[in-house]
Amino acid sequence: MSLVFAGICSHAPGITGRAHMAEPALRDEFYAALRQMSAELHATKPDALIVVAAEHFANFFMNNMPAFALGMSDEYQGPIEDPEWLKIERRKIRGNAALSKRLIVEVMNSVDVAYAEEWKFDHGIMVPLHFLTPAYDIPVIPANINCQGPPLTPLHRAWAFGEALRHAADAVPERIALVGTGGISHWPATPDSGKVNEAWDRELLDRWSRNDRQALLSYTDVATYRDAGQGGFEIRTFISVAAAAGGRGTIHFSKPIPIFAVGCTVATMNIACRT
Amino acid sequence: MSLYGLQKFLYELNRDARVQERYRDDRAALLTQYPLTDEERAAIEAGDIGLIYVLGANGQLLMHFAAYLGMPWADYIKAMRDGIVTHGPVRAGVYTMTTGMDEKVAGV
Ligand SMILES: [Fe+2]
Repeated sequence: MSLVFAGICSHAPGITGRAHMAEPALRDEFYAALRQMSAELHATKPDALIVVAAEHFANFFMNNMPAFALGMSDEYQGPIEDPEWLKIERRKIRGNAALSKRLIVEVMNSVDVAYAEEWKFDHGIMVPLHFLTPAYDIPVIPANINCQGPPLTPLHRAWAFGEALRHAADAVPERIALVGTGGISHWPATPDSGKVNEAWDRELLDRWSRNDRQALLSYTDVATYRDAGQGGFEIRTFISVAAAAGGRGTIHFSKPIPIFAVGCTVATMNIACRT
Repeated sequence: MSLYGLQKFLYELNRDARVQERYRDDRAALLTQYPLTDEERAAIEAGDIGLIYVLGANGQLLMHFAAYLGMPWADYIKAMRDGIVTHGPVRAGVYTMTTGMDEKVAGV
């Protein structure tokens, strides 16, 4: 039928794995914002949820790295990480292979997307699902943009991927929800873990909320690395959601929680009519 | 420099229970399957997180090796700092350290 929901949120593994080390009041405020997003998501009665993630070498490695990938299976598994470490139980997650296939055929008209009939979800998908669909009651279609193994997917292609996802969602009879996950500025998995550039994050989220395509695509990887760390490369997932939804964004939560290693973010975006 | 082989090993260890088993039971033979320098092989055999960090392994791969070795979060962060004290700055990749040695942004 159409795209019925669009949002973005953080996915850092500390959000669940190091929950006990965070300041409780701040952590719970963030969790509440995620639960509110879950309620809004469910209210749109989606038949499937596309999660655009920036995965971290769980399925895709430099032996064969796609710029974009979409899952095409009836069932996935996750988390790939030690469940004790992530504090999310390992389980099977329902997909929808037939719907995936129809979406992929549409996307392929404009973006050369790889497809994968096997996919083990890492924290990039499992942490958002833990809060957004805690009952795992919406079939998931995973998507990946290469934000990890340079040369990375160019930002304008992440935009094109978002547009292609929108066209595909509008071309199928099902109701499709879309969530992009990633960090803004952050330096995860280094001794800097916890560092964020709040001013840079505010600017990025402002450009995202205004859906300012030109401003969003004007970041260079050299500047992003300098100002926002290697974690900043994940803005590609947020950019693809802005391209897909086409509307204005609302930021529901945006505060650094250092032990989670990221400026924690929850935001949704209106879905504009396509012209 | 075979950083690719080092990272390929970490990638396969992180996602494959059989590789994890062989790392426990048959480590030397397992490691012959990857193109590794002597320094890389020794670092993997010893589970030397600090040295592997300095060698330039992608942090997302290394983080899970540390978790697999059972290192608590604070010890893992400390091991990376200690690696820099012992071996000098990160030699490759994008997971370099930009904070001061005592900065401890997240308190660990
Ligand atoms: Fe990430």
